[in-house]
Amino acid sequence: MVKVKSFKGGVHPEYNKHITGDKPIKVLPAPKEVIIPLSQHAGSPAEPLVKKGDSVLLGQEIGRSTAAISAAVHASVSGTVVNVEPRPSINGRDVLSVVIENDGQDNRAPMNGHPDPIQLPSAEIRQRIESAGIVGLGGAAFPTAAKLNPPQDCKIEYLLINGSECEPYLTADQKLMEEYTEDVILGTKLLAKACGAEKIIICIEANKPEALRKMRALAGSNAIQVVALGVKYPAGGEKQLIKAVLNREVPSHGLPAQCGVLVQNVGTAWAAAKACKHGQPLIERVVTVTGDGIKEPANYLVRIGTPFKDVITAAGGFVGEPGKVLAGGPMMGLAQYDLSVPVVKGVSGILVLSKQVTKDFDPMPCIKCARCVDVCPVYLMPVTIEKFAMNAMWNEAEDYGAMDCIECGSCTYICPSKRALLTWIRLAKTEIAEAHRRQTS
Amino acid sequence: MEESRLVLSPSPHVRDEDTTQKIMLTVAAALVPAWAAATYFFGLDSIRLVLFSMAAAVGSEALFQAIRRKPITVWDGSALVTGMLLGLSLPPSLPTWMAVFGSFIAIVIGKQVFGGLGANPFNPALVGRAVLVASFTAQMTTWTKPFTDAVTSATPLAGGQASYAELFFGTVPGSLGETSALAILLGGVFLFYRGVLDYRIPVGFLGTAAVLSAVFGQDVVYQLLSGSLLFGAVFMATDMVTSPITPAGRWIFGIGCGLVLIVIRFWGSLPEGLTYSILLMNAFTPLINRWTRPRIYGQGVKQA
Repeated sequence: MVKVKSFKGGVHPEYNKHITGDKPIKVLPAPKEVIIPLSQHAGSPAEPLVKKGDSVLLGQEIGRSTAAISAAVHASVSGTVVNVEPRPSINGRDVLSVVIENDGQDNRAPMNGHPDPIQLPSAEIRQRIESAGIVGLGGAAFPTAAKLNPPQDCKIEYLLINGSECEPYLTADQKLMEEYTEDVILGTKLLAKACGAEKIIICIEANKPEALRKMRALAGSNAIQVVALGVKYPAGGEKQLIKAVLNREVPSHGLPAQCGVLVQNVGTAWAAAKACKHGQPLIERVVTVTGDGIKEPANYLVRIGTPFKDVITAAGGFVGEPGKVLAGGPMMGLAQYDLSVPVVKGVSGILVLSKQVTKDFDPMPCIKCARCVDVCPVYLMPVTIEKFAMNAMWNEAEDYGAMDCIECGSCTYICPSKRALLTWIRLAKTEIAEAHRRQTS
Repeated sequence: MEESRLVLSPSPHVRDEDTTQKIMLTVAAALVPAWAAATYFFGLDSIRLVLFSMAAAVGSEALFQAIRRKPITVWDGSALVTGMLLGLSLPPSLPTWMAVFGSFIAIVIGKQVFGGLGANPFNPALVGRAVLVASFTAQMTTWTKPFTDAVTSATPLAGGQASYAELFFGTVPGSLGETSALAILLGGVFLFYRGVLDYRIPVGFLGTAAVLSAVFGQDVVYQLLSGSLLFGAVFMATDMVTSPITPAGRWIFGIGCGLVLIVIRFWGSLPEGLTYSILLMNAFTPLINRWTRPRIYGQGVKQA
């Protein structure tokens, strides 16, 4: 029996990883046209550095910001800027985007690599990560350079590399660990050096034995520990990971750095390796295209800015009528209405659920079964916050910890009365944040 | 592509397969062993009372909702369970119309006037039972011996004698569903296995009753197996709607039930205190929830 690390709460949705788990990563040819939003990350949007008619090279920086929390964006093809205009993005809003017509040449901008990047000083590693426009590839897309530079009074003791990929259906991180093991390990070491962490732990859910084996084989020395996590959603949540592996808690409303920990996704480590070794900015990522509504589910290496419909077409198109197209997995993914939206840095999967499995849920009265209380991985009472939100009792909702909700969706998932608990908690969070803004302004 | 027909809704996009209706039917299924045992011991009276209780509960709910022009929700199975619980808590010789009256009270006064499913503070079946005991005390305390129609006043708890084996298998006078510990435990294990029963309430309830029985020099096994304690601890106190939602709260609730039950049994004028112990603790459920809020992740932790 292998010892696995786990946390309190969480749920066991059908994982459906078998659909793409044995499909090697295929390189998706660059599309005719890419749409590159200037805001693909948490924080301030980048300002465009190019205008309509400019020619751009592959990897050329086309957007930058001077704000403390932001990320640069780069051209993922070479060609001509067709337009700089607002375009639909995965979060439902129109975002200022650079549209580039691909000339098919892949003429590269000069890229400044290093044969043995681990020799680079930590400040330079951070600088390279920053200019490569790297953000957290697990989904939250927080600018990595900013995360590597925590407040002065926090000493980073542990770097946790998150390869748990607890979101059902998705296998992008798994395949990355299996096929690009060397780069992921190199990136791990670079990230550790960049943040000054003494100890490194790579965390992988126990349902990925091949990834565990390969990562263990290459982790080699005792400097990097590889641990198996219990298979449970949301094992890959930052707070849950820290609790499971180190039995520490991130302070409420605080940062992981405040408990001496930094968490980075395996994809981020891979991107950091590419940036430091080859000087390659973040212009591509692995995306799982899957679901019962997709003809040929697969894992693709996709250029940032590739429209969803091009990826779906490459995967054989739809089976029957699609019900939902999600950016991400079924637990936290965003439903899309326009398939011209581009793959951005934070998109780890495109999940197509067919009409048959897309269900409409009618909420029934709550029977106080308390399953939402039992599964909440931050120990909230979702049903109580829901009740407060329904009655616009925002102070009470805040008192019961609405702002601590990580929006994992376990409460809504488990509810036998099919109540939209998380939706109400989100509303409470929005209202509470709005009230705080009014108070401070 | 067929974008115009894509469904937009917030995450999560998948749901667990369990439903409220399935939970209710699971509880009903868990009551079947107790009902079967009752039918074996008390014959057709068991069929008669439980069937009429169930029909009256479902009928009252439908009628009340129809009168109020509300959607009729009897298919959720909750009224069925209430009727079944009430029916199984009745003495075998009770007239049918009293059972029907009890079910009507349980559903209308115990549940619908508060807003229906999920809104009632008290266990509806116990409300019905409490009203029946207060209204028809004689009939509600008239017991028959198993396999006969012979009337006896002596249940094992009220002056009667029974061996542990008789109590365990249920060949003693008592309410229909409460006599056989074996049948009740079968149902309880099934509920626990299906994730419908939280162990804290029955363990807290029975544990407290056992400890207090020992402290006050009573026969612990006899106290646990006689009367409606086991039936109530497994099926009545664990009613989701009327018991606390926090883990600590469920312990307090179970222990509180045990405490009140023993006080009534040892020092009250009633032979059995199950109904009132649970109803009393039901009243405390909102307060218990408020007092036992779980510590939120990351609150009260020291910063490194």
